[in-house]
Amino acid sequence: MSNEKIQAELEKYEASVEKAIARFPERPHLPEKRLYTPIDIKDTDYADEISFPGVYPYTRGVQPTMYRGRFWTMRMYAGFSTAEESNKRYRMLIENGATGLSCAFDLPTQIGYDSTDPIAEGEVGKVGVAIDSLADMETLFDQINLGKVSTSMTINAPASVLLAMYIAVAEKQGVPATELRGTIQNDILKEYAARGTYIFPPRPSMRLITNIFEYCSKNVPKWNTISISGYHIREAGSTAAQEIAFTIADGIAYCNAAIEAGLHIDDFAGRLSFFWNAHNNVLEEVAKFRASRRIWAKVMKERFHAEKPKSMMLRFHTQTAGSMLTAQQPNNNIVRVALQTAAAVMGGTQSLHTNSRDEALALPTQESVTIALRTQQIVAYESGLADVIDPLAGSYYVEAMTNAIEKEAWDYIKKIDEMGGAVAAIEKGYIQKEIQDSAYKWQMDVESGARTIVGVNKFQAEHEEPPKDLLKVDASVGEKQKAKVEAMKAKRDNAAVEAALKDLKAACEDEKENLMPHILAAVKTYATLGEICNVMRSVFGEYEAHVSL
Amino acid sequence: MDIAKELLEGSRLALSRAITAIENEYPEANDIMKELYPHTGHAYVLGITGPPGAGKSTLTDKIARAYRKAGKTVGIIAVDPTSPFTGGAILGDRIRMNELTLDEGVFIRSMGTRGSLGGLSHKTADAVKAMDAFGKDIIIVETVGVGQSEVDIVKAADTTMVILIPGMGDDIQAIKAGILEIGDLFVINKSDLDGADKLVREINMMLDLDAGSMMQARTATEEAIANQFHHLNVTKHEEAAPGYWRPPVHKVVAMQNEGIEELIGLAKKHHAFIEENGELHRRRTRRARDEMLDILNARINAHIKGHIVDNGRLDGYVKSFQNHETDPYTVVADLLKEMLK
Amino acid sequence: MEKKIRVLVAKPGLDGHDRGAKVVARALRDAGFEVIYTGLRQTPEQIAEAALQEDVNVVALSILSGAHPHLFPKVVDLVREKGMKDVLIIGGGVIPETDIPALKKAGVSEVFTPGTPTSAVVDFIKANVKA
Repeated sequence: MSNEKIQAELEKYEASVEKAIARFPERPHLPEKRLYTPIDIKDTDYADEISFPGVYPYTRGVQPTMYRGRFWTMRMYAGFSTAEESNKRYRMLIENGATGLSCAFDLPTQIGYDSTDPIAEGEVGKVGVAIDSLADMETLFDQINLGKVSTSMTINAPASVLLAMYIAVAEKQGVPATELRGTIQNDILKEYAARGTYIFPPRPSMRLITNIFEYCSKNVPKWNTISISGYHIREAGSTAAQEIAFTIADGIAYCNAAIEAGLHIDDFAGRLSFFWNAHNNVLEEVAKFRASRRIWAKVMKERFHAEKPKSMMLRFHTQTAGSMLTAQQPNNNIVRVALQTAAAVMGGTQSLHTNSRDEALALPTQESVTIALRTQQIVAYESGLADVIDPLAGSYYVEAMTNAIEKEAWDYIKKIDEMGGAVAAIEKGYIQKEIQDSAYKWQMDVESGARTIVGVNKFQAEHEEPPKDLLKVDASVGEKQKAKVEAMKAKRDNAAVEAALKDLKAACEDEKENLMPHILAAVKTYATLGEICNVMRSVFGEYEAHVSL
Repeated sequence: MDIAKELLEGSRLALSRAITAIENEYPEANDIMKELYPHTGHAYVLGITGPPGAGKSTLTDKIARAYRKAGKTVGIIAVDPTSPFTGGAILGDRIRMNELTLDEGVFIRSMGTRGSLGGLSHKTADAVKAMDAFGKDIIIVETVGVGQSEVDIVKAADTTMVILIPGMGDDIQAIKAGILEIGDLFVINKSDLDGADKLVREINMMLDLDAGSMMQARTATEEAIANQFHHLNVTKHEEAAPGYWRPPVHKVVAMQNEGIEELIGLAKKHHAFIEENGELHRRRTRRARDEMLDILNARINAHIKGHIVDNGRLDGYVKSFQNHETDPYTVVADLLKEMLK
Repeated sequence: MEKKIRVLVAKPGLDGHDRGAKVVARALRDAGFEVIYTGLRQTPEQIAEAALQEDVNVVALSILSGAHPHLFPKVVDLVREKGMKDVLIIGGGVIPETDIPALKKAGVSEVFTPGTPTSAVVDFIKANVKA
């Protein structure tokens, strides 16, 4: 059928349903049209915009074989309490078929404080495992062969220190750094914009990040040096287009910083990875994943003139949306997570964490974590969604939505360019404000009933029994960890610690020096995370947040 | 609790409650102010104003820290706009001063502009007095400088800083008329950004134009030098025209604490200058006059409100005007006789 | 007389998830309150002192990290120690039902868990504030 014919038929159709449609109440948040046709994608060229998997602009996926080769990495984010407890959970996950580890650290660790610091009170071991020194890291990976497993660490401001500890543990296991596989999140810009676990101001933070890029390109070549994260931007309330736009703008800023530091784009771009959210709206999410690959490929080719295909591929980890879990009727969350998993898989993710049903209430129990992992396995082996590559390509709606999200994201990226890039836009509070506005709008829509959340503002249960068997982090974990730190400090060679910290301070003061070797030397003396970060604080200062409501 | 007594004895809670009484126009506010008044007049009051996004709170934070380092106690009143639609406000200045919260020598109070634009300057002036009586050496009043009421607020200051940033485009043209009058010091914040020097030149030019006749003695060469070294500029004008303070234009990067000590030096210089030439005395005299009239006006207005508005008499009068039974002139004359008895 | 309900919205502890705190802050503003937002990583001492200086009627705390059993009661104690007996202290965040009785016993007037509409917070404040 020619486009003219389709257009004419479409008009006929629209006229025929006009009356019937008017009888139904209007529902906001629905796509602009009720029906999509070839007209909506008539300007989308298959070769230029869609193409084949493993081929520029990678809309259909970064590998030629995708899941017909192997499934995504089923990587469950875990960690709580002490290193001993978390080590047990990791070994349980590996026994149950998890193919990668993902370490959650507690907040003092994420912000570079020792468990003994007064500011850490009440937080030790709560949202992740407490790591104070190399000794804890050795315990965390006890009996886990770092040459075999790939490990993702959600660590940002002190990423350099935790990576150095990981390298040091591997060395003790006899595994060379060149064999290590895994990811550090290392994405400070989204911390300023959305997640809040920053330490240093942007300039020294960007230096630390480029130092890691450079060090790893030579010494830890299989390591993903950054996971540029939209996940937390979305959790903070952004829209799908904002999630990828702000994140790609951050990615551009990291590339610029690395290039300014003298690196060549093709030397580090292949090790950049991304981290997306899988939200509730399945088709919108699939379109978002596809659009993000296309935008990044264009950015790398057209803006940075990358030549290696690997540099142009947007590889990403996905986590299902924590903020979409409800505390009400928590078993419903299993269904939400299954749909979000479907979106991530049809969107071509490289790895996936699925949230547990009880996470709006507490940290997940072992049983809940197992259900979440099984959800991935069911989607992989039973659902058929992973049977063919990019199964939704060619859907009029999904292709049109992919184009629409891409356009909206480009508009944001251009705006941020005009402000002087992501760092400037964050310092102005622009990105934070955009996210907050979206978050507020979402909340008001839920409260007005314009948006339905099952079990929350519709279909509520009359008498809901509070779930009983929630995970409780042992209240004494803080005291235990403090005692461990004190004991470790009594045993180590304190003169060596002093010397290493002094050397690190001098290196911090010399902007040309790569800090990684100095940090590695310091962690090997069992200098604590807090001691190392305090040295850096004394030179770099601390970030003062921009807040405008 | 005897708020005034406890405040004078050093209770921070009493100071806080006193400001609430002032802000909410509680009846006891008058009695509190009566008791505090004899203890006022010691603090040096600094006004900070400028457009949104100029970095006023950050600058206030750094200035307060610098004064603390010099051993002075500091009170801060941070004014933010109230939403005209909801009557609510987000008072967010404090967030940039969090490190000062636990310093016992500092007291920070956020205020919303609320509905009553006219009353605000009066309320902030009383809040300043409460902090003054409490014993604060330096009181900083920080407000968004966009409207007349905000300008009125900073007029209560002994020294007013106007803070601007590069890259505001035409905005500066729009606000320059107002700010030129009130600024004793011009602070260019974020001066590491492009366009800072251009902004400095523009402000200097505007100030020089403004100064007009004062400048006649200056030769072209002097002018060129003066433009380059604006600090010298200040001294020069002091010499050239005693009694005239040529506001200096000073660059800072508040975020990095750059240029703050110098800024405080300039504030001190301004203080000494207006003290010596009598301007401080004139300002305070003028302020006392205005204040007295303000209080009187406010009381009379309140009286009128109680006398004829709240009880509905006004509506009755209006009806009788419309029916041509009487006229406003006659009624007012009668009312005045009645009220001033 | 122009009385306004003043609310301090604070995030004690180290967690950086401030979506909820910010949404609540805005909703309270839109309900006509004066909201003082203190930002992230505030110690209980800082929160209590800010509450005193601002003479607020309500202190609203948000924690998602699980540190609430330790930090909420500490804020309550410090606020009361400063002589602010009437200040309403409320909390929100990822807080298991089973923790709530202990928090209430410690002096937290109400605890709001995920999914609570902001209007419920506004209504609670209006009904319980002593101003």
